[in-house]
Amino acid sequence: MNHWLIAPVILPALMAPFVVLAARNHISIQRVFSLAGVLALIAVAIGLVIETMDGTVMLYQLGDWAAPFGIVLVGDRLSTMMVLLTSLLAFFVLLYAIASGWDDRGWHFHSLFQFQLMGVMGAFLTGDLFNLFVFFEVLLIASYGLMIHSGGNRRMRAGVQYVLFNLIGSTLFLFALGSIYAETGTLNMADLANRVGLIGAEETVGIRVAAVLLLLVFAIKAALVPLHFWLPSSYAEAPAPVAALFAIMTKVGAYGIIRVYTMIFPPDLEATAGLHDVWLLPAALVSVALGMVGIMAAKTLNRLVAFSVIGSMGMILVSIALFTPASIAAALYYIVHSTLAAATLFLISDLVRTGRGNLDLTTQQPMAGTAMTAVLFFVAAIAMAGLPPLSGFLGKLLVLDAAYDTNLVVWIWATVLIASLVSIVGFARAGSVLFWKAHGVTATDDTRDAMLRERPNVLSYVAVGGLVTLLIGNTVFAGQLHGFTIDTAAQLFAPDPYISTVIDTPGKLSTPQEEY
Amino acid sequence: MEFLVASAIGTLTSGGLYLLLRLRTFPVIVGIALLTYAVNVFLFSAGRLTVGVPPILRDDITGYADPLPQALVLTAIVISFGMTAVVVMIALGAFLGSDNDFVDDQPESPDDRTEGGS
Repeated sequence: MNHWLIAPVILPALMAPFVVLAARNHISIQRVFSLAGVLALIAVAIGLVIETMDGTVMLYQLGDWAAPFGIVLVGDRLSTMMVLLTSLLAFFVLLYAIASGWDDRGWHFHSLFQFQLMGVMGAFLTGDLFNLFVFFEVLLIASYGLMIHSGGNRRMRAGVQYVLFNLIGSTLFLFALGSIYAETGTLNMADLANRVGLIGAEETVGIRVAAVLLLLVFAIKAALVPLHFWLPSSYAEAPAPVAALFAIMTKVGAYGIIRVYTMIFPPDLEATAGLHDVWLLPAALVSVALGMVGIMAAKTLNRLVAFSVIGSMGMILVSIALFTPASIAAALYYIVHSTLAAATLFLISDLVRTGRGNLDLTTQQPMAGTAMTAVLFFVAAIAMAGLPPLSGFLGKLLVLDAAYDTNLVVWIWATVLIASLVSIVGFARAGSVLFWKAHGVTATDDTRDAMLRERPNVLSYVAVGGLVTLLIGNTVFAGQLHGFTIDTAAQLFAPDPYISTVIDTPGKLSTPQEEY
Repeated sequence: MEFLVASAIGTLTSGGLYLLLRLRTFPVIVGIALLTYAVNVFLFSAGRLTVGVPPILRDDITGYADPLPQALVLTAIVISFGMTAVVVMIALGAFLGSDNDFVDDQPESPDDRTEGGS
């Protein structure tokens, strides 16, 4: 048993209380430990990815109890890839939070940040559905604290909406888990995969309800229309580094759908047929359209970015809903791209806020540090809108290619291409209002103070530039990354090694013992 | 007993849903509390309803209750209790800050923008 598999959960779980207990009043010590923790996470994540690259399924039995009696952590290509993505994102977001001083504008930013990482990592690694619920709650309760970090009326109100929506989501999750347990008698994912197939054709009512409820829960997390209402306000009002970190949270929902609906309820399972092509795909197409309309209609930059997140989640879910190995591979590539692009845009919107004091998309005086911010915005907007040469374009190309053989090709191509055009117009409008038209405005007494604002400091630009570099790397090494996601999708569609590793690995209680 | 438990879950859920749709923080929080009670009872019944049997395997006992849902319910109770406490605090903060307790977005007032826009 390889103990490194639990390190991404344990490390932040230890770092968070340590930061609170030992360095409560010393922000510089907190920063050092938090950064060191995230760097260690990156190192562990790289090690795990290398370990699982050849198709190995790593298993960690907590307390040495054998599945399905004990809780297991499982690392395959998908899990370790998401862990690496999370830790890379966390590093640059944390760097930005430190550089811009956001972490010092309220209490306990660093420990909440670490708890959030613990929840996300655990959700990616766990092999047990109830444990997935618990890690969801860990990441949510940390995100409640981060969401209202540094306070303010508008943020508190957005926070109330966010918390209430997610509480309803958690309740739904429990209902889904209860029905699954009532139908199958287990909550271990590998064990479920074996048992769901055994349910007789006349007795599928309960498990169908459970599958739909579970899809609803993940759709809430992934902000699928019509369950997206929590996202625009909370992402727009959250502190910028927190919103950037939240870019991975919507992907937890997408991960849940990929994991559960390839392994437990595979597309060829008769009981849940129609769930992904009849329900998920149209909803995902509407998400793409609505996200792009939101980009056009947004009156502030942060709302624009929030709607672009909804649109790109729609793209991911369109690709997932096709449920072929090629489309899942495309979805995984797009997940990496969309996480990085969304986080970059949220951080850039904070650079704009620092430079000119507000985010309204109206013509105002040029902001402090226009040139550098404009270049970064230009690159990130190209990536998000899906223009060549960056990874958004490649991702969309892969999704369109995966959709080519299906019956709905006309719908998918039309929606995606028209939505892309609209989003290009939306981003171009925002960019020209923010950066170009500003030069034509003459200073009045009201606006003169904007000239005196400080530019964002160099480290902020380094953090955002690091994310942009990752986006460019995602484009340059697209061949390798796509090859990896193809392997990952192949592993997902052949779950037998995963299941046998989890079920057959010996541990306590795995063989009937004498005294019973 | 099945009818009693099922109707209790149904009543709690419908009451909770009704209160959720009231869109003021206090009824919504009470509604969520009712929903979590409903889901706790629901989780219990997921392990089949039994009366007067122990949740432990022994040699001389033929029937026993499923212990796993009981553990799940315990976890769910602890989590929902903590979450309710958090939402009460945040809702209080939002109410004291903006002097109304509507959950949905209200038309913007000018003083909101200056305070929270940092």
